[in-house]
Amino acid sequence: MSNMPAKQILMGINGDEAVAYAAKHALVDVCAAYPITPQTIIVEKFAEFVANGEVETEFVRVESEHSALSACLGASAAGARTFTASAANGIELMHEVIFLTSSIRQPVVMAVADRSPSGPINIHGDQTVSLAQRDTGWIMMYCENSQEAYDSTLQAFRIGEHPDVQLPVMTMLDGFVLTHTLENVYLLDETDAHKFVGRREPMMITIDGKQVPLKLDPKTPITIGPLQLFDYYMESKLQHSEAMEKARPVISQINNEWAELTGRKYGDGYLQPFKVNDADAVIVTSGSSAGTARFVTRQLRAQGKKVGLLKLRTFRPFPDKKLAKLLADVPVVGIFERTHTTGSLGGPLFNEIRSALYDHDPRPIILGYYGGLGGRDVTPEHFKSIYKELLKIKDTGKAPRYPIKYITVRK
Amino acid sequence: MPKKLPGSKDIPPAGVTWKPATEYRTGDWRSKRPIRDEEKCTRCLTCWIFCPDAAISWDGQDIHFDLNYCKGCGICAEECPVNCIEMEDE
Repeated sequence: MSNMPAKQILMGINGDEAVAYAAKHALVDVCAAYPITPQTIIVEKFAEFVANGEVETEFVRVESEHSALSACLGASAAGARTFTASAANGIELMHEVIFLTSSIRQPVVMAVADRSPSGPINIHGDQTVSLAQRDTGWIMMYCENSQEAYDSTLQAFRIGEHPDVQLPVMTMLDGFVLTHTLENVYLLDETDAHKFVGRREPMMITIDGKQVPLKLDPKTPITIGPLQLFDYYMESKLQHSEAMEKARPVISQINNEWAELTGRKYGDGYLQPFKVNDADAVIVTSGSSAGTARFVTRQLRAQGKKVGLLKLRTFRPFPDKKLAKLLADVPVVGIFERTHTTGSLGGPLFNEIRSALYDHDPRPIILGYYGGLGGRDVTPEHFKSIYKELLKIKDTGKAPRYPIKYITVRK
Repeated sequence: MPKKLPGSKDIPPAGVTWKPATEYRTGDWRSKRPIRDEEKCTRCLTCWIFCPDAAISWDGQDIHFDLNYCKGCGICAEECPVNCIEMEDE
């Protein structure tokens, strides 16, 4: 690869369309999707590519999201590069097969348009549904803007299909803020994209002393997804965890390769710090909120306030050590999440980040903020108020009695 | 578990086993078996089409039930247009 970034084409598209272009550029063999609500523009646009003969993808219209991911899982087991997308309740209906896909080690790529779970019935955005998939064993990446949605989707094929990894990858786009909003997005020339993403090679496995591909092939018959009870189930879970560990260097490596090709880099592939080094107060957030928070951080820095932002891009594998390294010396940290968990001490981001810092002494005072639920606007004012509170805690050294807050909620 | 079983490093990923599924006999928990009246049967192959487990085969002359895979669901008996299949208790 040369040191000069590749030629790119500027398009005015929304996040969903950016993902559809990424799937097109990835030369997907099979796409199975449920074609109506809560389906996204992703599949609508991709179906257009199929209808126009712009891609050679086998497009399977199924009767539910449960079937959509099942069809993808089957196609992937036969060696196909496979892609699907859905949103909100569609992802929830897939839940059973989401576990299956990762435990059978099939590198399906799925874009999740992150919309609020019902009920109350709501079609707008927050990250509750995707974060509810956190224990399903997929690699999970959150996108800040439509450009990142294109970039991460193409990277997802490389990461998931890497011979050391062989795991499915979810890429998340915030509902409406990214999925339906027009943005300038740079797309690679198709030939360069094809070169980057390559062809899918099946993982080779040793069974009965022989090397065979992990794929359904009549020449080397194997059984994929058999029963495993108390005798082998736990060993398979350990293998799954080890595969996730092996994904760690791969995510950074692909992020670097992408930077060489396009000139765009997302931190170390996991975390994107902005003015964190000498900060008195840091906000951690993920997805589109990071853009708003960065705008506020820049404004407050110009006023001489020592604030910083840490954007969490990759949630699985969770970058616990990297996070601790960046945050351990920060006096006060606020975690803003567009998720809601009931009856727990904070949401998933709060839980995991706070836990990652437990072993450090000193460690920051950590607060959790729920906001932007059900598509409620996340504005600069919200981040200003969070920074104000964090800086006050830094000055007084007094942490609030309970660390979790709702912002903009009416009591 | 009395004997020592292989660990995570010694088993293939994703629980893959080295035989095709046809070599694992899965019909042993059936509670009813299909009995076909060969006189009545017209060899229309409706049962062959409907069997959800490919437990019915056609050799060009006649049909055969493979009881190693038949789960006794009774769909063949239900669908048979000449009612030549009875489900009998095991």
